[in-house]
Amino acid sequence: MKIVVCIKQVPDTTEVKLDPKTNTLIRDGVPSIINPDDKAGIEAALQLKEQTGGTVTVVCMGPPQADVALREALAMGCDDAILLSDRAFGGSDTFATATIIAAGLKTLDFDVIITGRQAIDGDTAQVGPQIAEQLHIPQVSYAEDIKVDGKALIVKRQFEDRYHMIKVQTPCLITALSELAKPRYMTVSGIVDAYEKEVKVLGFEDLKNNFDPANIGLKGSPTNVYKSFTKQAKGAGTVLNVTADEAVQAIMDKLVEKHII
Amino acid sequence: MEGFKLTKTQLLQQELFRKFAENEIKPIAKEMDEKEEYSMELVQKLQKCHMFGIPYSKEYGGAGADVLTYTLAMEEVSKVDASTGITLSVHTSLCCPCINEFGTEEQKQRFLRPLVDGTKVGCFGLTEANAGTDAAGVQTTADKDENGDYIINGQKMFTTNSGFADTFIVFALTDKSLGPKGMSAFILDREMEGLSVSENIERMGIRAASNCSVNYENVRVPKDRLLGKEGQGYKIAMTALGGGRIGIGAQSVGIAQGAINEVLKYVKERKQFGKTINKFQNTQFKLAEMQTKVDAARLMVWRAATAKDNHENYAPLAAMCKLFASEVANEVTRGCVQLMGGYGYCREYPVERAMRDAKITEIYEGTSEAMKMIISGSMKV
Amino acid sequence: MSKDIYVIAEQRDGKLAKVGKELIGEATKLAADLGEKVVGVVLGSGITEEAKNLYKYGADEVVVVDDPALAIYMTEPYAKALTAVIKECDPNVVLFGATSIGRDLAPRVAGRVHTGLTADCTGLSIIEDEEVGKLLAMTRPAFGGNIMATILCKHHRPQMATVRPGVMAALKKDDSKTGEVKAIKVEFTDADKNVEILEEVKATKKIVDITEAKVLVSGGRGIGGPEGFDMLRECAAELGGEISSSRACVDAGWIESSRQVGQTGKTVRPDLYIACGISGAIQHVAGMESSELVIAINKNDTAAIFGVSDLGIVGDCKVIIPKLTEALKKYNAEKESN
Repeated sequence: MKIVVCIKQVPDTTEVKLDPKTNTLIRDGVPSIINPDDKAGIEAALQLKEQTGGTVTVVCMGPPQADVALREALAMGCDDAILLSDRAFGGSDTFATATIIAAGLKTLDFDVIITGRQAIDGDTAQVGPQIAEQLHIPQVSYAEDIKVDGKALIVKRQFEDRYHMIKVQTPCLITALSELAKPRYMTVSGIVDAYEKEVKVLGFEDLKNNFDPANIGLKGSPTNVYKSFTKQAKGAGTVLNVTADEAVQAIMDKLVEKHII
Repeated sequence: MEGFKLTKTQLLQQELFRKFAENEIKPIAKEMDEKEEYSMELVQKLQKCHMFGIPYSKEYGGAGADVLTYTLAMEEVSKVDASTGITLSVHTSLCCPCINEFGTEEQKQRFLRPLVDGTKVGCFGLTEANAGTDAAGVQTTADKDENGDYIINGQKMFTTNSGFADTFIVFALTDKSLGPKGMSAFILDREMEGLSVSENIERMGIRAASNCSVNYENVRVPKDRLLGKEGQGYKIAMTALGGGRIGIGAQSVGIAQGAINEVLKYVKERKQFGKTINKFQNTQFKLAEMQTKVDAARLMVWRAATAKDNHENYAPLAAMCKLFASEVANEVTRGCVQLMGGYGYCREYPVERAMRDAKITEIYEGTSEAMKMIISGSMKV
Repeated sequence: MSKDIYVIAEQRDGKLAKVGKELIGEATKLAADLGEKVVGVVLGSGITEEAKNLYKYGADEVVVVDDPALAIYMTEPYAKALTAVIKECDPNVVLFGATSIGRDLAPRVAGRVHTGLTADCTGLSIIEDEEVGKLLAMTRPAFGGNIMATILCKHHRPQMATVRPGVMAALKKDDSKTGEVKAIKVEFTDADKNVEILEEVKATKKIVDITEAKVLVSGGRGIGGPEGFDMLRECAAELGGEISSSRACVDAGWIESSRQVGQTGKTVRPDLYIACGISGAIQHVAGMESSELVIAINKNDTAAIFGVSDLGIVGDCKVIIPKLTEALKKYNAEKESN
């Protein structure tokens, strides 16, 4: 089975902190990591490969620094790595990103594409389905388990209140929940090998026949960021010394005010 | 390493070691220390990541990385658990080098491969009740029988990893009359008849590591398990120990850095006299002094490792890095406990364990005093 | 010209989901700013009658695609149906609930009609743009909630967004309102069913990790004993949350260590953290101070936990929590019948 995993390099948002003085994000020193859902996707791909044979190709769109994310994927056991990188790709929203990645995938032969459900920096969960749309292949998102059934896959697809067991023919695209598979570690020897391999870089010139150049980058993005801001820092809270009933009422009011209930 | 910077490969290796240590070792380190038992599940996880064969050639099933990478592993694991450090160290830089550097091709394929490909764990039996720093005082004997095989008799002390190791490198006298020149090295298996491992020896620190005395009673060792030639044992032991010290230096750096990292978190949260204690100059200066020493120690470790990778004379460099780093580890962990006050002394925080663990680094694989002998010797004082 | 706000009102098993009602409530405000209408859209099989209920929540019009092919959610038939609705009606705005269906369907459709889509919004408003006039401003959290971004879709229509459930307020149900349902016919072929659903299993309760929980009701020594957690569990259930603990309770053996919050436990950042009988030692605070809303209940009015709380209650949690649980039960029951 020819498996392709799409990954994104993201800042480790659990390490992102706000500067209490300027109320802006402190990005310095925040490590870059493979997006956790994508990493589960890598593991799922490696397990599929172990069951069926074949290859795992890992694809990442990003700046040249994303090379290390691909090396990590190789060190976990992926066979090949492709970096989609070009200044012209910068500023892409999910539609434009999916356009570029789909163009990159058209250069490959694949049975299954696995993406993470969503990235922890953007949290959109949109790129996977939009790649599937561009490639005109079926998608199964929110996958919690994947089994091979001949040339088809049987996927456990999670909803809030239920799950479906879905049989899907290849080629198809699956978006992985982090529950799908616990990623293995790299190995020391895998890292040694990873840096001996070549990471193929594809840019605008390599892909220009596979997409409409009007649909990529900042200009090709239907959406754009109008403004971004940090949430107001917490003010000093109130402390109430009242009767139990009054206290309960105060809590209920707060929960309604903050849309918790 | 080039220009005092790690290469991309080394940086990624470091990240693997750091994540592994944080996720797999740190959560169980306290419990292992309290139970005085090393986790076999953890050994398997380490083996799966190829961490038991880091600086060994792929030709023999090793990971194919360098000695510097091995020191990165030693530092990262020792930041959260020094017992894991010594477990890796004895296997990687005491047991395996004996075979790698003195074994025949056949011995390497047969004995080194399973050790470095993650199948087996090794240990190193030199120290005896009456042979510590004076390693030449070994009394264990290896007598040749009529077939040319050896019969080993004696008792070894403080054999790290012996509680679960598969392969034992044992030093014994093949000719008592020659003293250290009559010492030879053998490769034994745990299953050999007459080899018995006692209970774990109760200790102050690195309590999770397995450290037992091992009895050898008429253990028959086939002649193809002699390493090098008869009489080369002392040289083999000294060579292994010479390289092992780089690992202990890295372990010391890890213990110290791990304690500093804990303190850094603590001082930003702990309030006294109306402010967090990181606002006090004593805290700031103390941490600055400690970090400077740790960085110096780390550079010495990296220098010794690079020398070994480049096949240069690393022995005095290894001795210096071990001497300095182990003393830094003790000074820094004491300082960290002091900065944390009563909480530092409590078992809830890992710095008290780091302080207990640090002490042994000044003792094993050559005491500080032995290091000074080596260093002054190299200076031709 | 593209006009009107279309709300894709999700249904499961023929019942309208809450989020659709919330979105219609929000859409009525936006529609007023735009001078446009709110259209409720329901996709499914045998849902025409149920769809009429959208009028009661503020919809001006209701559109359905009612077809057996839509009986159970599958991406392709739903995407085809919705694309047909968009092609025929040319909406200005299309809103979805940011549910596991909405977030599967919306990107597929946005890709097909070539427009922009903003995910998981928590705020919607109308702004005036110099170039193109009135626009939907879609605000959403990013970077793990550390930053908020407002997104526009200037040159493509419809403007599409998925909106986080529970954030917008539904209008009070008005039973007097009703209206006609416009049915749009879509031809489905076998090729549309490009996946096969072998099995559907409902209401599977998953074991949750406390770091994933949106609401945590956390207990300290002040809850009195292991049975105190039963009380917290009941309260957490009403809030759709989980229980967690300070180290003291774990050490005392009242609760498993996997639920411990703090430096030696887990770091959590739920939308709501209720600290019950927790003094607020630094070790604990380090693990929960990033929570969105912190409510603390403690007998000691000088407890350190009040220093990191949005709302502090001086009192006995053993008295207050059961009363709070009752109040929540009542609130939820009223909401349900609404």
